[in-house]
Amino acid sequence: MTLVLEQLLNGLQFGVMLFLLAAGLTLIFGIMGVINLAHGSLYMVGAYGAAFVAAQTGSVVLAILGGLAAAAIAGMAMELVVLRRLYARDHLDQVLATFALILIFNQGVTILFGRQPLFVSVPPALNGSVQLLPGLAYPVYRLAIIAVGLLVALGLYLLINRTRIGMLVRAGATHREMVRALGVDIRLLYTAVFGLGALLAGLAGLMAGPILAVQVGMGEQILITTFVVVVIGGVGSIRGAFFGALIVGLVDTSLRAFLPGLLRHAMTGSEADALAAGLSSMGIYLLMAVVLLVRPKGLFPAHV
Amino acid sequence: MSDNTIERAAPAPLAIGTLLATLLLAAALIALPFAMQALGQPALVPLASRVLIYAVAAASLNLALGFGGMVSFGHAAFFGVGGYVVGILYQSYTGDEPFLGLIPGTDQLLITLPAAILVAGLLALVIGALSLRTSGVQFIMITLAFAQMLFFLFVSLKVYGGDDGMTIRRRNALFGLNTRDDATFYFICLAVAAVVFLLFWRIVRSRFGLVLAGIRQNERRMAAIGIAPYRYKLAAFVISGMGAGLAGALMANYMRFVSPDMLHWTKSGELMIMVILGGVGTLLGPLLGAAALVTLETVLTSWTEHWQLVLGPVLLLVVLFTQGGLNGLLARLRPGRSAR
Repeated sequence: MTLVLEQLLNGLQFGVMLFLLAAGLTLIFGIMGVINLAHGSLYMVGAYGAAFVAAQTGSVVLAILGGLAAAAIAGMAMELVVLRRLYARDHLDQVLATFALILIFNQGVTILFGRQPLFVSVPPALNGSVQLLPGLAYPVYRLAIIAVGLLVALGLYLLINRTRIGMLVRAGATHREMVRALGVDIRLLYTAVFGLGALLAGLAGLMAGPILAVQVGMGEQILITTFVVVVIGGVGSIRGAFFGALIVGLVDTSLRAFLPGLLRHAMTGSEADALAAGLSSMGIYLLMAVVLLVRPKGLFPAHV
Repeated sequence: MSDNTIERAAPAPLAIGTLLATLLLAAALIALPFAMQALGQPALVPLASRVLIYAVAAASLNLALGFGGMVSFGHAAFFGVGGYVVGILYQSYTGDEPFLGLIPGTDQLLITLPAAILVAGLLALVIGALSLRTSGVQFIMITLAFAQMLFFLFVSLKVYGGDDGMTIRRRNALFGLNTRDDATFYFICLAVAAVVFLLFWRIVRSRFGLVLAGIRQNERRMAAIGIAPYRYKLAAFVISGMGAGLAGALMANYMRFVSPDMLHWTKSGELMIMVILGGVGTLLGPLLGAAALVTLETVLTSWTEHWQLVLGPVLLLVVLFTQGGLNGLLARLRPGRSAR
């Protein structure tokens, strides 16, 4: 029972992490109509930025600010130099150009930091674990990630549904042309949304640092999963991104945790582990395929 | 897709100039190994084989992507599965253990290539039938999802090497030829590529090709004049998958090695890059694109290990500033032709 609960928490933690990325991605797609494959690179930039500042100064606050700033600056530059020219293009050009951006970012980071993964330690204030239930100790840091993720989700909800900017964002997602026709500075809105998305990606990246190794290619791994989230949730929908992220996080984590045990009943240990690893990696893609076949626009379509 | 591409795809009387250019290209391709030998650069022959193999794969993707308007981000699946067909048949052949206890293994190219085409085609039928129910960004993502599923499937299949892939000790046999010889293998690739390009040329100019172009431009209008788009798109997708499978089978022979790398999503990206570099929805574009990418990769890797840092900006410039890739550039450079 405690094992199940622990895995649920792990799933939730992975889920909110995915949400931070998916929220930016889905907003950028919903409003600007751009598929940004390089969103994962912003995540990587955030992680590297924070790791670098942490190694230089040893300060947690500065590391967080450094990671966020790095991701935001990289994101703004990306929007100004490349993506701005792609808004009117078809998906193919967007996929290709942002694929090129991935290559540039990955190689750039390799040159700056080398191929060796960086390891970041958990901030001292969040070290250790707490006793959630008798027999269930859970790391504070992961709980903190969950809390931050949920807070951001709440903040985004308020921002999108309660403020004037949010109104413009919603309007932009449903009818871009009309918003422009009504005299809204759409370029400013685009840049703002892109900056927000980049910030969130950077936040996810810097929080991932102490859990995963900070390395080149970390962006792509999570990017594809994020796309799964966005498509399952419904492209352009923040609510969809939230529930999609939680579903994908929970499904992926529990498959990885429980499938090997189940398969071991049927075959020998090492074969079961290999097959289970493969099957659990396939799980979310299978989920996405099924969702798309039943509801081609995702679970919470934004454009009705 | 821009509106003017249909003119390119529309059947036009075969101009003498085009015919001559094609014959010239064919002659150059046939003469290539001998020329390399004469120039004392025999190491370039395998490189040319690589270009041809990727050209077949990219041309196949182009049929779906350029002519059919279906942006598939999962063609590595067909490419890789084609390769695995060769690998698995070879393993069953040497191990003398039929695949699934039913299908005897073989090392005959005349059997493995059609088998790869068949398997890739069936796979494309299933993936296409499901994926084509969506469109736009969802289509891109669902094809990616299927390819990733297959990637992870092959990673987890320890029987076929899992992560490490499987080695094919000898290339498949064809008649009594020494397929190990680089020039011989080059000519096999050239023959296959010639057949594929000829076939695609016929397809694009056929009624089927025209309907496909029509669907790409306006699906609703085609439906309104009584054509069911789904079937045409599915057929094009399946042909496209078969071509990619064929290329994968050749690639497995070329490298004498198959691994999940062939199924990785970056491979789908690479094939797309070739199509875009060469020019979307043009017949010879994929050949140009494959040649450009393979050459670029080879030259740049000899300069620096960070060759992708150069490739990235090149790619960006091509996407942002050339319309129609290299083929478009060539067309614009040609005197007396209007730039399109």
